[in-house]
Amino acid sequence: MELFASLSLIAPEIVLALSGLVLLLVAAWGGDKGARVISIAAAIALGGALALVAPSVCAGASGPDTVAFGGQFRADAFAGLAKLMIFAAAGAALVVAPRFFERAGAMRAEFPVLVLFATLGMSIMVSAADLVTLYIGLELNSLAAYVLAAILRDDERSAEAGLKYFVLGALASGILLFGMSLTYGFAGTTNFGGIAVAVSDGLNTGQLFGLTFVLAGLAFKISAAPFHMWTPDVYEGAPTPVTMFFASAPKVAAIALLARVTLEAFGSQEDAWRQIVIFAALLSIVIGALGAIGQQNVKRLLAYSSINNVGFILIGLAAGTLAGASAMMVYLAIYVVMTVGSFVAVLLMRDADGNPVEGISDLAGLSTTRPALAWALMALMFSLAGIPPLFGFWGKFVVFQAAVEADLVALAAIGIAASVIGAFYYIKIVKVMFFDDPAGTVTGEGDTPHWALLAICALLISPLGYLLTGWLGGLADMAAASLAVAF
Amino acid sequence: MGGFPILSVMLAVPLVGAILCLFLEARQARMVALLATLIDLALGVVLWANYDIGGAQWQFTERADLFAGFEYALGIDGIALMLIMLSVFLMPICIGASWEAITKRVGEYMAAFLLMEVLMIGVFAAQDLFLFYIFFEAGLIPMYLIIGIWGGQNRIYAAYKFFLYTLLGSVLMLIAMLWMVNQAGTTSIPVLMEYNFAPEAQTWLWLAFFASFAVKMPMWPVHTWLPDAHVQAPTAGSVILAGVLLKLGGYGFIRFSLPMFPDASAEFGWLVWGLSMIAVVLTSLIALVQADMKKLIAYSSVAHMGIVTLGLFAFNVQGLEGAMMVMLGHGLVSGALFLCVGVIYDRLHTREISRYGGLAINMPAYAVLFMLFTMAAVGLPGTSNFVGEFLSLAGIYQANSWVAFVATTGIILGAAYMLYLYRRICFGEQKNADAAAMPDLSLREYLLLGPIAAAVLWMGVYPESFLAPMRADIELLDTRLAAAAPEGDAHLALGEGPPAEAEQHEGEAH
Repeated sequence: MELFASLSLIAPEIVLALSGLVLLLVAAWGGDKGARVISIAAAIALGGALALVAPSVCAGASGPDTVAFGGQFRADAFAGLAKLMIFAAAGAALVVAPRFFERAGAMRAEFPVLVLFATLGMSIMVSAADLVTLYIGLELNSLAAYVLAAILRDDERSAEAGLKYFVLGALASGILLFGMSLTYGFAGTTNFGGIAVAVSDGLNTGQLFGLTFVLAGLAFKISAAPFHMWTPDVYEGAPTPVTMFFASAPKVAAIALLARVTLEAFGSQEDAWRQIVIFAALLSIVIGALGAIGQQNVKRLLAYSSINNVGFILIGLAAGTLAGASAMMVYLAIYVVMTVGSFVAVLLMRDADGNPVEGISDLAGLSTTRPALAWALMALMFSLAGIPPLFGFWGKFVVFQAAVEADLVALAAIGIAASVIGAFYYIKIVKVMFFDDPAGTVTGEGDTPHWALLAICALLISPLGYLLTGWLGGLADMAAASLAVAF
Repeated sequence: MGGFPILSVMLAVPLVGAILCLFLEARQARMVALLATLIDLALGVVLWANYDIGGAQWQFTERADLFAGFEYALGIDGIALMLIMLSVFLMPICIGASWEAITKRVGEYMAAFLLMEVLMIGVFAAQDLFLFYIFFEAGLIPMYLIIGIWGGQNRIYAAYKFFLYTLLGSVLMLIAMLWMVNQAGTTSIPVLMEYNFAPEAQTWLWLAFFASFAVKMPMWPVHTWLPDAHVQAPTAGSVILAGVLLKLGGYGFIRFSLPMFPDASAEFGWLVWGLSMIAVVLTSLIALVQADMKKLIAYSSVAHMGIVTLGLFAFNVQGLEGAMMVMLGHGLVSGALFLCVGVIYDRLHTREISRYGGLAINMPAYAVLFMLFTMAAVGLPGTSNFVGEFLSLAGIYQANSWVAFVATTGIILGAAYMLYLYRRICFGEQKNADAAAMPDLSLREYLLLGPIAAAVLWMGVYPESFLAPMRADIELLDTRLAAAAPEGDAHLALGEGPPAEAEQHEGEAH
């Protein structure tokens, strides 16, 4: 009976795992010819998993009923909301990928399968209630991601990205594992609930070291400064649909995981991790903003932009309150939409022969040659910069509201002042598109699915998005509340 | 007006127009934009006609529960009414001024202007703190595009400077707003205007708001974005920038800084006085040596805004009324002056003062109107600026006579640079053959300048029309400030000596 209850809680993961395995067999025997069918099947599997998760999010599932396998796994509303975002981002990657790879003549049947496995890994990550579950999910995701980065085998940049990602990712995993073993050694348990009890009357040195290493390892995964160095190279080298996937889904997963580790396992030792989080947040904001200024490649620029955004999300975490966790989830939801939109816009940048172009200077005068793309990209840039009335502002707003309510006014003031530096390069893109004379590079036609996805993202981040604030805020509040009901 | 949501309609009309313009050809876009702004002007007249002077403080209120965390709440008092009137009055003129001057990407241009109108009305009508902030900040986007796409040679630098300067000013205000809402537990501006924050907190909040409004105003030394933005913006952009956008800072002071933080306002009065005195004198001197007409007028705007801030921080009714009147008058006059520059710029494509001369000979009608606006800028009695400047100076004189003394020299310098400008352009020899061959005003230009000239004279001769709707609100603000107001050094005794002049004037004004 216990087992059956546990299995029903991990139904979305079972759907993903089984469909991933079946599709892997299909891919092995069917070859690359069936890539398109496998993509569609994988998207259906994601849709099924999404449908299975949605009820628990809407109902705000929390408490002991959500704990599976004796405290290893939690399918609460917080995990559910993160899963919704992850599945949606993975679905978007599946939608855009076939067209991109077919143009390059390199559509491989493994791609959708790997996306499914990566998604499964992230799904396990966000539901982890135990360090071991955490590590299994993280590694499942990472191993699939390394291959994804290098999936364009003939492309040197892609291979380089895969290798870099693997080496640095393995290092991060090592650091994380070291931190976990220290934590286990000094807390006597790998269970988050158990750790929370063990550290409730103060951290000893070993536990503190464990916490620090765990945070450092996770900071790698969310590409927060000072562990951000791999991000621009990997984002630039990986094929654009893969980059889009990297920039959206794993961020959600790792940040949700980070929130769970800090707020659940080390929730009573706020002061110990808060300074680390604040440091990483401010450094990410500043480095993300300054690093982007000199970039010539749109994908590198978006990589720095993602570092910058992670900084703002961490400000919500630094608040260390339920409102902060809720604000983080709202920010993540908006961030996923903005990221997917930006990378789809990059996918739509093609020269007359249909080859992808990625240089910022190629965007010159885009507003006269391809006005729809230019206006959408402008909305995305202003939204990423957090200028109202675009919806990106709301993410920053709730995060800073949480920080102010937690009496971190100075942090909020410094963070928001640093966001002005970031605004510089976002408006630079707008300047290139709108003020400069046409370069005439981006003239090729885009694909319909890409346009459709861009239209959806643009609509969501337009001022109409504010109509969603009540609904989104409600879901995020319930998700954060479920986080508080620890064991 | 019953339940008719007139403010929402005033926001919706230009918004729909803006979206339409994006998809239209040049000719149709111009017509749509003109139509939308004229409808808004008509609605504005209806608004003013139905505004109940002496009635409720907040009228035409609307409320809708659309968002989480803040409310869609609109409503106006007399101060907001007057500034909305200024906006809707200037907008059709801006569209008219761009009728022939803008030939590339007309649809996008008109859309950006209509969007500006939406946001400006929104700023003045918002009754929710965060709704205000969204409207306030959103104005950056269309203005960035207007300067950057349709500006002059150095437009990109100017656009960057405008954007980043004003953004940096505003984000700190956002943090202050978040803190206030957290403290007071409401986002409603009318409630917050009566909420008493602790004096220590007021200091920080005041500084954060000051960072934003001082940049928007602009006050010396953070005014440097203004000349760049003005010079590079197209004529209509300058008109809207000088006419309405600069008023956002003053509106911010009168709506937020003064009523919400009266103690801190009094505490920092010296700072505002000092910066304003420097602004008035220094920027007037800078204006005197400009070779570029638009730059000259831009610097004169900074000087006039110095008078506004002095009036606001005089902590008495005259000062506040004067500040409001200077804002309205300056909105009209500087807008008109930029239009006058635009008229000859369209003909000769240069803003160099020395390229013109003796225009009174070949453009007599232009010279007459330009003369009127020059005199209004100087503050000649009978024109709009006289009323405002006089009241402001009378107000600040009660607070501190030395400040009033320094500020008055600014008025004298103002006369110097404006008359010097006028002499070099309209009088003297006709040195340049091309300038001498320029035709006089066209019908379109008459239609642009005529209404402003009428409004300038109306405001100068019978300012009561404009002061009446604001009086109750300004008195309310004065009572709110009374407890904190610093004691003046003038110790005026009514009815004796020099103040008699002020008395006499007040009789005229009220």
